[in-house]
Amino acid sequence: MNRTAFLALWSHWRRQPLQLLVLVLGLSLATGLWSAVQAINGQARASYASAAAQLAGNQLDRLTSPSGRIPLETYAELRRAGWQLSPVLTGRLRLGDARLRLIGVDVLSYPVIPSTGGGEIAPDEILTPPGRLLASAETRDDLPEDADLPPLVLAPNLPPGTAFTDIATAARLLNRPSELSYLLILPDQPMGLPSLQEIAPDLTRQPPSNQADAAQLTDSFHLNLTAFGLLSFAVGLFIVNGTVGLAFEQRRPLMRTLRALGLPRRNLTALVMGELLALALVAGTLGLVLGYLIAAALLPDVAATLRGLYGAPVAGGLTLRPLWVASGLGMALLGTAIAGAQGVWRLTHMPLLASAGLVGWADAAQKSARIMALCGVALIVAGVLAAFLLPGLIGGFALLAGLLMGAALTLPILLHTALALLSRTSRAPASVWIWADLRAQLPGLSLALMALLLALATNIGVGTMVSSFRLTFTGWLDQRLMSELYLTARDDAQGAAIAEWLAPRADAVLPIRAAEITLAGQPAQLYGVADHATYRDHWPLVAQTPDLWDRLARGETVIINEQLARSADIWPGDTIDLGNWQIEVGGVYSDYGNPAPEAIAGLAPLLNRYPDIENRRFGIRIAPDKADALAQELRATFDLPDGAITDQAAVKSLSLDIFEKTFVVTAALNVLTLGVASFAILTSLLTLWNKRLPHLAPVWALGMTRARLARLEVLRSVALAGLTALLALPLGLILAWVLLAVINVQAFGWRLPMHLFPLDWLWLFLLALLAGAAAAAIPARRLHRLPPAALLRIFADER
Amino acid sequence: MLLEISNVAKTYPKAKQPVFSDISLTLAKGETLALTGESGSGKSTLLHLAGALDQFDSGEITLAGEPYSQLDDKGRAALRRTRVAMVFQQFNLIPSMTVAQNLAFHARLGDRFDAAWLGELTNRLGLEPQVDKFPEHLSGGQQQRVAIGRALASRPDLLLADEPTGNLDEATGDAVLALMLDLVRASGTALFMVTHSPRIAAQMDRQLHLSAGRLQ
Repeated sequence: MNRTAFLALWSHWRRQPLQLLVLVLGLSLATGLWSAVQAINGQARASYASAAAQLAGNQLDRLTSPSGRIPLETYAELRRAGWQLSPVLTGRLRLGDARLRLIGVDVLSYPVIPSTGGGEIAPDEILTPPGRLLASAETRDDLPEDADLPPLVLAPNLPPGTAFTDIATAARLLNRPSELSYLLILPDQPMGLPSLQEIAPDLTRQPPSNQADAAQLTDSFHLNLTAFGLLSFAVGLFIVNGTVGLAFEQRRPLMRTLRALGLPRRNLTALVMGELLALALVAGTLGLVLGYLIAAALLPDVAATLRGLYGAPVAGGLTLRPLWVASGLGMALLGTAIAGAQGVWRLTHMPLLASAGLVGWADAAQKSARIMALCGVALIVAGVLAAFLLPGLIGGFALLAGLLMGAALTLPILLHTALALLSRTSRAPASVWIWADLRAQLPGLSLALMALLLALATNIGVGTMVSSFRLTFTGWLDQRLMSELYLTARDDAQGAAIAEWLAPRADAVLPIRAAEITLAGQPAQLYGVADHATYRDHWPLVAQTPDLWDRLARGETVIINEQLARSADIWPGDTIDLGNWQIEVGGVYSDYGNPAPEAIAGLAPLLNRYPDIENRRFGIRIAPDKADALAQELRATFDLPDGAITDQAAVKSLSLDIFEKTFVVTAALNVLTLGVASFAILTSLLTLWNKRLPHLAPVWALGMTRARLARLEVLRSVALAGLTALLALPLGLILAWVLLAVINVQAFGWRLPMHLFPLDWLWLFLLALLAGAAAAAIPARRLHRLPPAALLRIFADER
Repeated sequence: MLLEISNVAKTYPKAKQPVFSDISLTLAKGETLALTGESGSGKSTLLHLAGALDQFDSGEITLAGEPYSQLDDKGRAALRRTRVAMVFQQFNLIPSMTVAQNLAFHARLGDRFDAAWLGELTNRLGLEPQVDKFPEHLSGGQQQRVAIGRALASRPDLLLADEPTGNLDEATGDAVLALMLDLVRASGTALFMVTHSPRIAAQMDRQLHLSAGRLQ
């Protein structure tokens, strides 16, 4: 019995292969977008974990100095007192355009040496000159071929951009012979040790949990991606809901017949659920394949973003994880269950004889629209309250979720009201009919239109954020990159020679010098700037005290970047600890794209405290038309490699390139979400197709041609998409404001001004109209070609 | 002659037998004609052909001398908007529009709207209390009265009715039919009605019976 009934149910899909394709595609898309985001997040987290495991020191307590430097004598003293410590020296090495994070350790005491591709490496190979650098293949490929470095040994699991070596080799390469960055406290310590406070009162003991690691830093970024993935999944589900609804609607007579022929309701329900389960598994598997492909395509850009924005190491390749497969299939099953729940519920409550009419159903939908609108308003209020009550990013996302879902739920009632108003102002019979008919059609299209609203609002919101960011960022680059040329010398001696040579030839030579310190518990740079109009007139300050630059030059104040100001809540007038240097903060500057805290002091005061910092980098001010010639002369005179001198335009273009890469994922997800939403409208229109004929046939019989009816079908869909787009605009702008003023501040540490881009809105509005027209194209074409006999059947007695 | 059907043949696609192969009939202006016949004899098909809803294979149909075979889809639609109206067994009102909107719809569509005539029709059909309601809130008899009002509001030359009382009980059906005939006669419209009922057919000026593809 069950087999026969199942075959009867399944015969529907054999006759409707397009519908089956749409259902599978919808569910695959939803699962695919969600799984892609999960794969990217999972890959990134695995990379962080692998990096943390390789750099085993991350698991141990460490001793740090506020200045970021521990003298060798302090280490020696602690060792003499019996403390079991492992010294580490870290620093950044500039090699042409590449930057290398060097981790120098005492190979004999460091807990775990990273594993190499060809098995264990003998300690004496690393210890004896010229030493060895352990790094991944990705790092090796990024390094210039002529770099003066020790031989490289492949250690595949080390994070990209990081090299591991002996501490003596690191000290030589970093030119920091007598200092250490931190000391790891090894697990087994002898009894009766003197306290650390006695021997090294300047050092602070830091547990591993307080050390800002990549996973913590990037949490907000991944939360952003997850939110996007969930949104795409939700939008995809609208398609599934539409198609499953259609399948239930079309098979209603068959189900009724099966029941009349004696198939128990329970069996019928079980068969339908079994069918949904099979479809979910097939579509889920396809979705996983799709997700994998999307993730593989997007991951390189995400990795570049995470490295550029947070300095977090992420490998560019994708690995298949069992948990990811399970969660993808789980989401597909959950999605199908949500989408099919209404159909199954109706099936279990379906009377054997009665059949629901369209308008009766529309009436019920109208009532539920009112309830939905009330729920929507409640969600918006809850979101706003959550923003005040919940901490940080969670509150921000709760606000976003409340606003988006609340607005989506109020959409049907808003559209209904708008259509009623339009109906009242219309006199022509065709338009009176169109508006009335649209209202009747609205309940069936509501879900798809909600999907479109969410997709459009997200597009407007995210688009406004990205464009605002781009505008601000470009302006900021213009302010920040004032020097016409930037130069990196081979060493300090060459730096001094170049500065002397440049003095009579350039308008100004601005040294770029920095000391490595610890700020807010994180490694940070303290820069020194010369007293020059380049900084006085152009530096992008977001807050400042009077006479800032005079006081900075005198060493009475420093300025800090916005992310440090916001995260540590330090603002002009407050005092900051720069490692044995308590000083007032005189200003805060915007510093987009920098993951780390940063401070700037006057050059002379900085050199007073850190006389040994390297002097290899300079900004050169010169008339722009003379910059090229000067660069060529510099290269010829000092035999500088190509990468040693970059002009302002090249740096700006590189920075903008990184910026664009940052948002490439967002843009891709945006486009995919909009595509999925218009697909949802198409499936809803196809779902409504059978119910449309009884509405259309009388109008055709009364003298409207099929061609005109088809045109009106398209117009109807375009009108709904247009109305939805109009409602999406204010929602999108609110979303943009929340992203800029709440989410960005929490996620990245800076706040951006909001700019408006009406031309973008117009473009998106046209795109929405196009989506509406495209979605209605198939039903309209079908209507246009419908033979009169099909319409006449509507009037036949046998109906 | 208002309607002339001459030697018309019709076969549905994929059907082995024609519905009919040589049908001819005429209908004068203001005349009422009943067509009876068994189920499947082709009554409704002939009515649909007369209403320019479907196309015939051969022969000719003219309305006031205008041959249907010369009309394209647009021409046939224009004919339905302005000169022919239909009343169906299933009423086929537009469910998303109110009674008032339904009543005026056909007349407005054909640009033949006459507020005074529509007001009189609404009054005579007893629909004034219902004008703001939607069709689903009306009884079957009321719905059919709206369908008749909609059809006559455009003052058509020819009214085609396909079992207009088939979905109504006898008393209601009789009342609706009497009203329709009254209005048809008052407006000078010709009526071509398909029915199963000899009793109803007897109320028309002329009756024809369709059987095995032939008119008797």
